[in-house]
Amino acid sequence: MPATPPPDGKPAVRLDRVAKTYPNGVAALAGLDLAVAAGEFLTLVGPSGCGKSTLLRLIAGLDRPSGGTVARAATDLGFVFQDPTLMPWADVAANIALPLVLARHPRAEIAARVDAMIARVGLAGFAGAYPRELSGGLRMRVSIARALITRPRLLLMDEPLSALDEISRFRLEDDLLALWREFGTTVVFVTHSVFEAVYLSTRVVVLTPRPGQIAADVPIDLPHPRGSALRTDPAYAALCRRVGEALAAAGGTA
Amino acid sequence: MPTPQARRERALRLILPALVFVLLILAWDLVVRVNALPPYILPGPSLVLHTLVADRAVLFASLMVTLKTTIAGFALAALGGILVAVLLHQSRLLAYALYPYAVVLQVTPVIAIAPLLLIYLPQEAAVLACAWIVAFFPVLANTSLGLRSVDRNLVDLFRLCRASRWQRLTRLELPAALPHILAGLRIAGGLSLIGAVVAEIAAGAGGAASGLAWRILESGYRLNIPRLFAALILLAAAGVVIFALLSLLSLLLLRRWHESALAPPDASRA
Repeated sequence: MPATPPPDGKPAVRLDRVAKTYPNGVAALAGLDLAVAAGEFLTLVGPSGCGKSTLLRLIAGLDRPSGGTVARAATDLGFVFQDPTLMPWADVAANIALPLVLARHPRAEIAARVDAMIARVGLAGFAGAYPRELSGGLRMRVSIARALITRPRLLLMDEPLSALDEISRFRLEDDLLALWREFGTTVVFVTHSVFEAVYLSTRVVVLTPRPGQIAADVPIDLPHPRGSALRTDPAYAALCRRVGEALAAAGGTA
Repeated sequence: MPTPQARRERALRLILPALVFVLLILAWDLVVRVNALPPYILPGPSLVLHTLVADRAVLFASLMVTLKTTIAGFALAALGGILVAVLLHQSRLLAYALYPYAVVLQVTPVIAIAPLLLIYLPQEAAVLACAWIVAFFPVLANTSLGLRSVDRNLVDLFRLCRASRWQRLTRLELPAALPHILAGLRIAGGLSLIGAVVAEIAAGAGGAASGLAWRILESGYRLNIPRLFAALILLAAAGVVIFALLSLLSLLLLRRWHESALAPPDASRA
């Protein structure tokens, strides 16, 4: 486990009575409270359209809440979209370097950090490849590497693995956990897979259908490091069942 | 190695147009011979070819005049079109205010504007302006479209990275617009040649310039029809070369990343 925050430490993210109503009148969120502790791997699960992505965008500051407040301890953050969202005209190294380039870091420093990150996320040999030459799993690795290149204290991920095949997904889940432990980043992760949520998280928050409310808040006290053996562990199965039942009770059908 | 089927497909793509070309030339020759047409009505293909070689000094000098106008008009249209599109992209109000006039410039036939331009401007400038006018809009319209076709998530990412407007333009919007810009340039290349020719014709026999279009007019007046054909062939060839060069540029710039530059499945390369 990464260093647990001191009990009096400020939460990495705090949402107070956050509401979001879109101009077309759809209320995505109506008065939601949530605190994310530093170092936590928190996953939001909920039925489609429950405002999970809206919540992530509010935390990122990409949208403004129509009510309530969003507070973040850190200003720096990484964001991973559902699609890899790479620049097709740039190779892998240039895509990963983007946040550092935009922040005008020295060129030599960028090159060194990108090289290290490429090796770290399993993209060795692909530095000069273009996105269209990569598989879906590799593209997502580039996207995650780009989000982590600034070593942000907060990482927001919006269903990043949902489009991948199961083999790539399992492998990326393990790599993602290793990166989280190594970087000590706070992660807020969105998925609609109960199994993925329990496998990855230290805490799973189940949301109700729109407007999203917290239906259940389930701490996941499974030990780290986690590996494929966990997927058949009774404790894992029991937690999956608990989260699944909470999701069903909240009105979300799997 | 390409498959035998792909190779056959490729061969057909070369052989079929060549075959049509040969047949047309033969038919042309046959019509002239059978009807014993005089050269001032319709010269045979061999006479046209002969004229092309015999008059090469005059014709190529004229070709250079027309090409100079075309290239200058194209360059100004490319530069201006991209710059104005970027400018209009920075301000919605500016775009609202000016875009309709760009459309007016486009839809007014250049042949109708040319006489006016010839009155107000020195002839060389007027010809250049015509080449510019027709080529400007495709570049502007395509660049505008390209600048607006940026992945929304990438725009969000640039916002999260606190990118400046300049960074967003140079590192996101212009690269994303590049395929559209190149498509616009390919259209503009052919159009600036048309613009130059139209202006030369509008300038007419009274003009001092001696471009290819002017040669065509002159040959017509003098019933020198073989030379007229030769000039026409040079013009068409110039248009094809301009298009081919711009297509090559597009291919070179986009081949690593854009779908449009990928080989179609039936023409797969080794």
